[in-house]
Amino acid sequence: MIGGLFIYNHKGEVLISRVYRDDIGRNAVDAFRVNVIHARQQVRSPVTNIARTSFFHVKRSNIWLAVVTKQNVNAAMVFEFLYKMCDVMASYFGKISEENIKNNFVLIYELLDEILDFGYPQNSETGSLKTFITQQGIKGQHQTKEEQSQITSQVTGQIGWRREGIKYRRNELFLDVLESVNLLMSPQGQVLSAHVSGRVVMKSYLSGMPECKFGMNDKIIIDKAGKGGVTNEAGKSTSGKQSIAIDDCTFNQCVRLSKFDSERSISFIPPDGEYELMRYRTTKDIILPFRVIPLVREVGRTKLEVKVVIKSNFKPSLLAQKIEVRIPTPLNTSGVQVICMKGKAKYKASENAIVWKIKRMAGMKESQISAEIELLPTNDKKKWARPPISMNFEVPFAPSGLKVRYLKVFESKLNYSDHDVIKWVRYIGRSGIYETRC
Amino acid sequence: MPAVSKGDGMRGLAVFISDIRNCKSKEAEIKRINKELANIRSKFKGDKALDGYSKKKYVCKLLFIFLLGHDIDFGHMEAVNLLSSNKYTEKQIGYLFISVLVNSNSELIRLINNAIKNDLSSRNPTFMCLALHCIANVGSREMAEAFAGEIPRILVAGDTMDSVKQSAALCLLRLYKASPDLVLMGEWTSRVVHLLNDQHMGVVTAAISLITCLSSKNPDEFKTCVSLAVSRLSRIVSSASTDLQDYTYYFVPAPWLSCKLLRLLQCYPPPEDGAVKGRLVECLETILNKAQEPPKSKKVQHSNAKNAILFEAISLIIHYDSEPNLLVRACNQLGQFLQHRETNLRYLALESMCTLASSEFSHEAVKTHIETVINALKTERDVSVRQRAADLLYAMCDRSNAKQIVAEMLSYLETADYSIREEMVLKVAILAEKYAVDYSWYVDTILNLIRIAGDYVSEEVWYRVIQIVINRDDVQGYAAKTVFEALQAPACHENMVKVGGYILGEFGNLIAGDPRSSPLVQFNLLHSKFHLCSVPTRALLLSAYIKFINLFPETKATIQEVLRSDSQIRNSDVELQQRAVEYLKLSSIASTDVLATVLEEMPPFPERESSILAKLKKKKGPGAVSVELEDGKERGELNGGGDRGGDAAIAASNASTPSPSADLLGLRSAAPVSGTAPSAGSLLVDVFSEAGPAASSAGVNDDGFLSSAPPSAASEDPAPPLPESDELLNKFVCKNNGVLFENQLLQIGIKSEYRQNLGRMYLFYGNKTSVQFVSFSTIVSCPGELQSQLNVQTKTVEPLVEGGAQVQQVINIECLTDFIDAPLLNIKFRYGGALQNISLKLPVTINKFFQPTEMAAADFFQRWKQLSQPQQEAQKIFKASHGMDTEVLKAKLLGLGTALLENVDPNPENYVCAGVIQTKAQQVGCLLRLEPNAQAQMYRLTLRSSKDTVSQRVCDLLAEQF
Repeated sequence: MIGGLFIYNHKGEVLISRVYRDDIGRNAVDAFRVNVIHARQQVRSPVTNIARTSFFHVKRSNIWLAVVTKQNVNAAMVFEFLYKMCDVMASYFGKISEENIKNNFVLIYELLDEILDFGYPQNSETGSLKTFITQQGIKGQHQTKEEQSQITSQVTGQIGWRREGIKYRRNELFLDVLESVNLLMSPQGQVLSAHVSGRVVMKSYLSGMPECKFGMNDKIIIDKAGKGGVTNEAGKSTSGKQSIAIDDCTFNQCVRLSKFDSERSISFIPPDGEYELMRYRTTKDIILPFRVIPLVREVGRTKLEVKVVIKSNFKPSLLAQKIEVRIPTPLNTSGVQVICMKGKAKYKASENAIVWKIKRMAGMKESQISAEIELLPTNDKKKWARPPISMNFEVPFAPSGLKVRYLKVFESKLNYSDHDVIKWVRYIGRSGIYETRC
Repeated sequence: MPAVSKGDGMRGLAVFISDIRNCKSKEAEIKRINKELANIRSKFKGDKALDGYSKKKYVCKLLFIFLLGHDIDFGHMEAVNLLSSNKYTEKQIGYLFISVLVNSNSELIRLINNAIKNDLSSRNPTFMCLALHCIANVGSREMAEAFAGEIPRILVAGDTMDSVKQSAALCLLRLYKASPDLVLMGEWTSRVVHLLNDQHMGVVTAAISLITCLSSKNPDEFKTCVSLAVSRLSRIVSSASTDLQDYTYYFVPAPWLSCKLLRLLQCYPPPEDGAVKGRLVECLETILNKAQEPPKSKKVQHSNAKNAILFEAISLIIHYDSEPNLLVRACNQLGQFLQHRETNLRYLALESMCTLASSEFSHEAVKTHIETVINALKTERDVSVRQRAADLLYAMCDRSNAKQIVAEMLSYLETADYSIREEMVLKVAILAEKYAVDYSWYVDTILNLIRIAGDYVSEEVWYRVIQIVINRDDVQGYAAKTVFEALQAPACHENMVKVGGYILGEFGNLIAGDPRSSPLVQFNLLHSKFHLCSVPTRALLLSAYIKFINLFPETKATIQEVLRSDSQIRNSDVELQQRAVEYLKLSSIASTDVLATVLEEMPPFPERESSILAKLKKKKGPGAVSVELEDGKERGELNGGGDRGGDAAIAASNASTPSPSADLLGLRSAAPVSGTAPSAGSLLVDVFSEAGPAASSAGVNDDGFLSSAPPSAASEDPAPPLPESDELLNKFVCKNNGVLFENQLLQIGIKSEYRQNLGRMYLFYGNKTSVQFVSFSTIVSCPGELQSQLNVQTKTVEPLVEGGAQVQQVINIECLTDFIDAPLLNIKFRYGGALQNISLKLPVTINKFFQPTEMAAADFFQRWKQLSQPQQEAQKIFKASHGMDTEVLKAKLLGLGTALLENVDPNPENYVCAGVIQTKAQQVGCLLRLEPNAQAQMYRLTLRSSKDTVSQRVCDLLAEQF
């Protein structure tokens, strides 16, 4: 179980130190600083073992969050907890920065007391936490006994993530499908590896205790529906070619897993506010939004010619944004001349790369950059390793092909129906590690 | 070297460094460095030539980046260019970059060497110094090759500046250390020595380092330096503190130079020239006198400098070891330091005193400080100083103060640091033994030692105690009593139990008269410790118990009960089980007389050098003061190791008059069972053979026990071989084990194994009758030319073979070259008065030395064709005498020793084999092909080998088999 949690700034100074168990001494704080933060070689492993004590850390901008334990804990649980902890803090005071942490000192200790008990993670749902841990000071006087007992029953009850009696004038629902597409392509255009990791993030403002049902074009669900023969016509028309194969997925705690296991239907009572409904990964039939065609020619020992063409590969009506192509240059580059038709390109010496930025680009278009790189002859015989060309972008569709088929809301007690709920759906596809070898 | 002057500061560099220092993260730092590197690259790439200043600046930046831990792979050329600059700062940076970054195999080394050569030949002293520093800093072999001839010239040239001379001397020293074979002084030797006379003290200091190093390698060439050094030293020592101006350090004239001079003198024996010697002694006396003077300054630097010279002088006095007066004075001086406030001084004083103690002149003087040293051992805070104090105590110990010192060391041991305990224990043990006048004191001391620091008492120490107790009659009774008392402590160390078990087992009878230590009490006391001990100790205790049975017959029943208990006789440890079984049988079967012989008191040990001392030497290394032990004895492997220790003890007791030089365990292999012993010996065998498999595996198979009788000379000639012996021989061509011969009286079993050209054969002679065979003897002979072809060695067998018993004989065979005949085995014995004489052929045939060879079909046929000469092939066509069963054939061919090659012959019916016959002289490759014809019941056997006789012989042998 978790023995303690420390938060450090970039210098390794301790901002927050909360110890849950006696087996963790004060020296653990220093051990992590010396061996990880100030380590001579950058520590890449998120788990470090020092003197039979395990440290699990994540880094958010310049802030280190480290969990320490002497026991054999489930590492996945610890990291899940750390991410949750980051989410909670972000929802309370925004960005996790040194200044914010110092300003919310008391709040963080209060949160830590609540979400971890003797090293065991407890309720970490922001929505319900906010009902009793507030930034506005103690509301004790205004809280009636009833309300207090309600908190207890809610926190300990079956649906810990939603309190009863929520009312909105407008019942609204926002649904975002956020995907990041990862690719490694050979210079000849052969896909070496590609996958999409996606998240479905929801923001719900619904009254009462509504029951929601979420449907998407998952192959298994659609095949099942097709076989059962009890599906509407719209479902039939989409089944077959447009369904996608999801490799693995995880759900928010509110989703009824038993129902998913038996009927493959995602039904849940949503928490109030923003939350992540599910995460998934696909590896088949990915729509690659961009194709990068590199051409590198070495002219003698002191010159290198690079030509890179990018092609957008989606509907012409859609617009990709924030496109950035990064072309690595050799370590002995002494001068660079760049010509590009579109966007802006610049040689960034500090990063050893040419960075080419394009603000917007429509589908089925093509653009090109060419660069001449001058090299300084060195006495080192080492050959340039030719790192891959990487790319960043944002597109308004889901590269995995995922489509939201329906999101139904049932609230039997209150008198609003599915039709009365205003629903918004948005797809965003971003680049993860999107690289082409040259 | 002057630092970069203010006006010459490089702003760009300063800005860059401050940028780096202000970086918040590693990533930011790397970004900044990448940016700077790109900038420098573009600058160096630029067509227009850079001026010296910016070149220097960028080279500096590169150097800084390199020192931050990044790779630099350019800029070397620019740095080399800087070398040719006329400005000091630019040259300096160039040299700095080169000595840090350029590796010796760089292609630039020629350019660099050229620049250095230019600088060396320039008349500018600063440039020369820079070049010399660069050579010394790089110090590679290439540098040495290029400049080893040049530098001595600069060093001794008359017009060279002093500062350059200094640099040259140190540079030469460095080159000499790096590649001594390249620096040849030769003609320069005398002129280098004369540098000791140089006006400039700096030059002398630098030169003396070089001379010390050179003269330690070839002292004869530099012998002349002694007198020069002495005169130099006397000039410094006698000078007033103001004479040497720059070289006076806190009122001490030239301390470094003095120390170096003294150290140089330590490379040589005392000067033979009386005048020089007198002058040197005078110097040393002056140094000792000065130490007595009140300090001229309270500063620590003053006393440090003074003491440094003093200690160096004392080392020299000790090194000479010929001036009693000086030695005693040095000792007294050190005695003062023993109580000094400064810990370092105390340490040094103790260390120097250790060496003084071993000198005959000062030993007595050192002894006067015993109280101080003991006090240091007790009160010193620093463990390393305590260690030195212990060393000194050990070194100053002699007969007069041994008791006091040993007592002090023992009392210190209780609180001693863990790291030095084992060493202390060894030292106490050695001192106690070496200076023991009264052996009861010795026994007390060692037992105390075991009590206080049992864990650190090594095997050697307690072996030694027992050895001494056994060898000294006068102390045995006392030892038994003391041990008995020590064992009564509720918790005692295992080593104590070992000593106790051994001594009580041997000499328990000496204290048995006292009702408080009656036999049963002794036994119960020992047995109460039994279950807490490790296996080797338990084994030792079991031996002690059986000795008790001999000493005190009244304990027999109790002890037998213990031995019979399941925890002993069925112990999971083989050694304990075996001992329990053997001792139980021994005690129940043998008569008291036999027991008394078998379990007699241990004979005195041969006198040898103490193994403890050897251990201490090994542990301590050079720091140990080795003192010869006049009465050293080797404890040896008595009871050691646990494997058969008990057997060894018993075997030793068997021999009533052991030769004094015989190794204890050696008795097992040599076993001189003489005089009355044979009856005891045969009884032992009897006992063992009845005691079941456990005993027989250990006792009877141990050839040492059985091979004691010399072969009785045969009166008759060996009988001619039996007619059927050839047939017997054929039986063993394809197998190694079986019954060789059998008649109404005798059965001979055989078991043999071969490896390469060596073989070992075990012959088992079984007496089938109930009457014993007398004067049983066997002879293996090699008739005719076989003698030169085969080397056969036999061990003799027991002359008596009891009825129904079996004896074993081992025969070692070495094949020198290929052979045809088989050696003869002749057996003679008397059965009921009638002489029996049997001759047999030993089944040793050439094919026994086959090594199987695996090869592919193509390989096989290639070799087959190579052996195509007619005399290399032997072929036989014969009728099958047995059935043509495939499996039987295969087994026989494999038994032959060759490799049976599958899928080689195109006809699957045929068999193909390959092997190499290993003889000492040569290796003979052999290929075989056997073609059976099932219809005709015929075989065709073809053999090809590189030697015709081999082919023929193997073919003949094999033809009989099918």
